[in-house]
Amino acid sequence: MKRVRPISLLKTVGVLLAKDLLIEWRTRARLNALIFFALATLLLFSFAVGPDSKVLARNAGGYLWLALLFASVLALGESFRVEQENLTLDGLRLAPADARAIFLSKAVGNALLLIALGALLIPVMVALYGVQVAMGVGPFATTLVLGCMAISAPGTVYSAIASNARARDVLLPLLLFPLIIPALLAAAKATSLVLQGDPMNQLGSWFGLLFGFNLIYWGLGFLLFPRVIED
Amino acid sequence: MTVATLALLAVGTYLGLVWTPEDREMGHVYRIIYVHVPAMWMAMLALVLNFGLCVAYLFKSSWKTDALAEASGEVGLLFGSYGLVLGAIWGKPTWGTYWDWDPRLTAMAIMLVTYVAYMALRRFVEDPEKRAVWSSVVGIISFVNLPIVWFSVKWWRSLHQVQSTPKTVDPDMVLSLRVNAWASLMILTLFLLHRYRVALATREAEVALPEALPTDAPASRDNRASEVA
Repeated sequence: MKRVRPISLLKTVGVLLAKDLLIEWRTRARLNALIFFALATLLLFSFAVGPDSKVLARNAGGYLWLALLFASVLALGESFRVEQENLTLDGLRLAPADARAIFLSKAVGNALLLIALGALLIPVMVALYGVQVAMGVGPFATTLVLGCMAISAPGTVYSAIASNARARDVLLPLLLFPLIIPALLAAAKATSLVLQGDPMNQLGSWFGLLFGFNLIYWGLGFLLFPRVIED
Repeated sequence: MTVATLALLAVGTYLGLVWTPEDREMGHVYRIIYVHVPAMWMAMLALVLNFGLCVAYLFKSSWKTDALAEASGEVGLLFGSYGLVLGAIWGKPTWGTYWDWDPRLTAMAIMLVTYVAYMALRRFVEDPEKRAVWSSVVGIISFVNLPIVWFSVKWWRSLHQVQSTPKTVDPDMVLSLRVNAWASLMILTLFLLHRYRVALATREAEVALPEALPTDAPASRDNRASEVA
């Protein structure tokens, strides 16, 4: 692996990210479908549990993150399908773009997509489940950003693998869901605390867990991704 | 070796079921410890081996490493599931429930599912070279859970006791535990060797060259370039 100066790495990430976001913007139909899928999931929870507003309000954090997780599988699955249709992944590597830059741009792009989706879902969740938000925007935004980043780093590695395998639609959730459980737990707990107040001061430790999770999986993804897409 | 394993297993079974006294609080029920604890030790051992092989494969590709990684992942999963079921059976009379959402049990169950996914990935990728690389990556990522499982009994005080070692066990019971652990180790080795042979034979049927990967693969070229530079 050749040494790449950090500046050129960042520049490559920026260019690739801009390309991905542009594609995302020009094919808005996919984005819309994703949003409505996530909204429908939120709605489905209230049907599955029944219209008991107390139960819904108490579990709102968990439902929000499950909706995001389900939507993320679709978003992640798409993120490499675009590259495969015209063999652009090979083109990118011939360009040559550092494989690690490809990982970072894809993972950041997926995280941004999920954060945007979460930002749209939160008001709907608040209205639909009738929850009160006890704490301010800051902790809520931190939870959302850390949680979405935690899904997107391992998710990007695994979607690159799954997109080339047989039965890819089964494989991605199978690989991702068990791995993501600690992050899902922490994000759901943190969201519940943000919604219901945090008298015991536990929020910090859940943020710590999410932060550690991100550190491990962004690091592993950065190191291992080049081997995933080599040919 | 099979004969020796069976003999040791017989001795261990006799020691565990007959020779050692019953537990003051749990009576005969505790005797499941002689299979539950070694099974978990072996699962951990096999999965650590799997992790080591996954890392090794990324540095130096060889069909043998890949085949042994497949064997250790599968055998580790087998022992882990066996230990988990035994633990659940033990939990019913002692804790009053088969499954308690205790951190140790939960973490262990999650880890086993990640290795189920690891084995599934191996079935879903046809290209043997890609399968080897990808499953190495997935194996490394999955391994992150194992330290969590191991330390979970220390980090979160809960129903499950801390890890059993010969030091925490009553002196009367140490010999039985030791013999059974060695018997389990021999079973593990036997399973690994057999599974390894099967994996290697499968690989041989898939590709003509079982010894090492073709040296003109871009991966090895990169490696050599970095060594020169």
